[in-house]
Amino acid sequence: MIARLRLLVTPDRQADRVVPPSGHTAWLTVFTAATMTFLAVFALALSMASGRLADAWADALARTATVRISAPPDQMEAQTFAVLEVLKTTPGIAAARALDDDEQKALLAPWFGPDLPLDALPLPRLIEVTEAAEGYDSEGLRQRLAAEAPGAVLDDHTRWRRPLATAAARLNLLGGLSMVLIGASMAAMITLAANAALAANAQVIRVLRIVGAQDDYIAAAFVRRFTLRALTGSAVGAVAGLIGVALLPPVDEAGGFLTGLGFQGAGWLLPLLLPPVAAAVALIATRTAAFRKLRELP
Amino acid sequence: MIAFDNVAYNYGGGELLSEVSLRLAPGSFHFLTGPSGAGKSTFLKLAYAELLPTAGRVTIFDREVRSLTRDDVARTRRRIGVVHQDVQFLDHLPLAANVSLPLMVSGRTGDSRDLTDLLQWVGLGQLADALPPQLSGGERQRAALARAVIMGPDVILADEPTGNLDWEMSLRLLTLLVELNKMGKTILVATHDLNLIRTAKNQVAARVLRIRNRRIQLAGADL
Repeated sequence: MIARLRLLVTPDRQADRVVPPSGHTAWLTVFTAATMTFLAVFALALSMASGRLADAWADALARTATVRISAPPDQMEAQTFAVLEVLKTTPGIAAARALDDDEQKALLAPWFGPDLPLDALPLPRLIEVTEAAEGYDSEGLRQRLAAEAPGAVLDDHTRWRRPLATAAARLNLLGGLSMVLIGASMAAMITLAANAALAANAQVIRVLRIVGAQDDYIAAAFVRRFTLRALTGSAVGAVAGLIGVALLPPVDEAGGFLTGLGFQGAGWLLPLLLPPVAAAVALIATRTAAFRKLRELP
Repeated sequence: MIAFDNVAYNYGGGELLSEVSLRLAPGSFHFLTGPSGAGKSTFLKLAYAELLPTAGRVTIFDREVRSLTRDDVARTRRRIGVVHQDVQFLDHLPLAANVSLPLMVSGRTGDSRDLTDLLQWVGLGQLADALPPQLSGGERQRAALARAVIMGPDVILADEPTGNLDWEMSLRLLTLLVELNKMGKTILVATHDLNLIRTAKNQVAARVLRIRNRRIQLAGADL
């Protein structure tokens, strides 16, 4: 096994010469590796940015809650006071405050316009709750609110958080799946290129078999070549991809969903792992193709 | 060295060889003759494990061929030099590299002077840097012989080695094979050139085998 690995990784100029330098398969492999790695860099950037964004949303929503009070106008003040008292004495609540009319108007403005006659509408009172680090017992709080203020409903944002968490998981899954598909596509294309090279060199292989070359020796001559091409192409693709990501509009200009698209800190080093991975994919794909082809020969 | 015991070979369209039993003793010289399509090439391919018999046993260097792994077959072929009529080379490598190819694939480093001597011996000393497509038929056959013997094999199998050569060149190649036999190599030459066989019998104690009706028999005085 060690001898086989050594045969694979040790540069052997003479052995490499037994396979004639080929034209289109060489460029096809380099181009494929470069293109796939370029796409992989963007898939990686998108996946990481989506994860960060979803985490930020979920984190922000997880630390806040809202108590909504729907009560007749003459009871509204009393129930609001009762709710604030309950919240003050609830462990795990860092702060609670009732939104004033202007804040409620601002919340509704996107749907009803800025001239909303708030007084004419039976709007519920909203109380913003900020959670302490240790968290609170939402079920216990609901029971106390039901006892002290029958019109109060606690919304701990679970129904908002759950789809966000699901979306985050799906985005990460899609990112991972994209990477796997890109890797599989690259393996498929390199396998096709390797098969083409092996078919084009059938005479070379036959001569080598007749003079006593073992399959490992013949395969290694092809595998080394394809692995090096994939490594070279992938390095070019990774650098191009990194430049592309670096040239994306800055956070303050892009805003919205594009906020934070790209890499942060040590994350910029992650794409540098892609060329060795591409080389490993090429090695496995070419070796598998070579041995399958060689087994067909006597 | 190489033994056939009741060997048959079937290509799928009927039996080409049947009940073949033969032993190639060390240092022997055999000719194998018969009409085109009689099975001479198939016999040689069985002898260096490019084909497996459909019945019977082929034993090479005391090992039954069916028990050989692919790596074993490769190692076995390093002890058998093969020369084909349609000899193939690596056309992008110069003659010297082609001749030393068996050394390269087996991880051995040859002495460049030995290589030069070998090329001189087959009369190709001036063509070491030539590419195979630049060689004539006779030069290609002699180059094939040089490649076949560079590992110092125990056995040399030649399949119609003079098929594309003129008489003068055929005699030159025959002389080289006879010299190798005198060095102790076991030689088997498949040929339909009876003149070559008759000429050789004046130089070496060669047995002549003939394939007739799918079987191998010793040729008689009618040769």
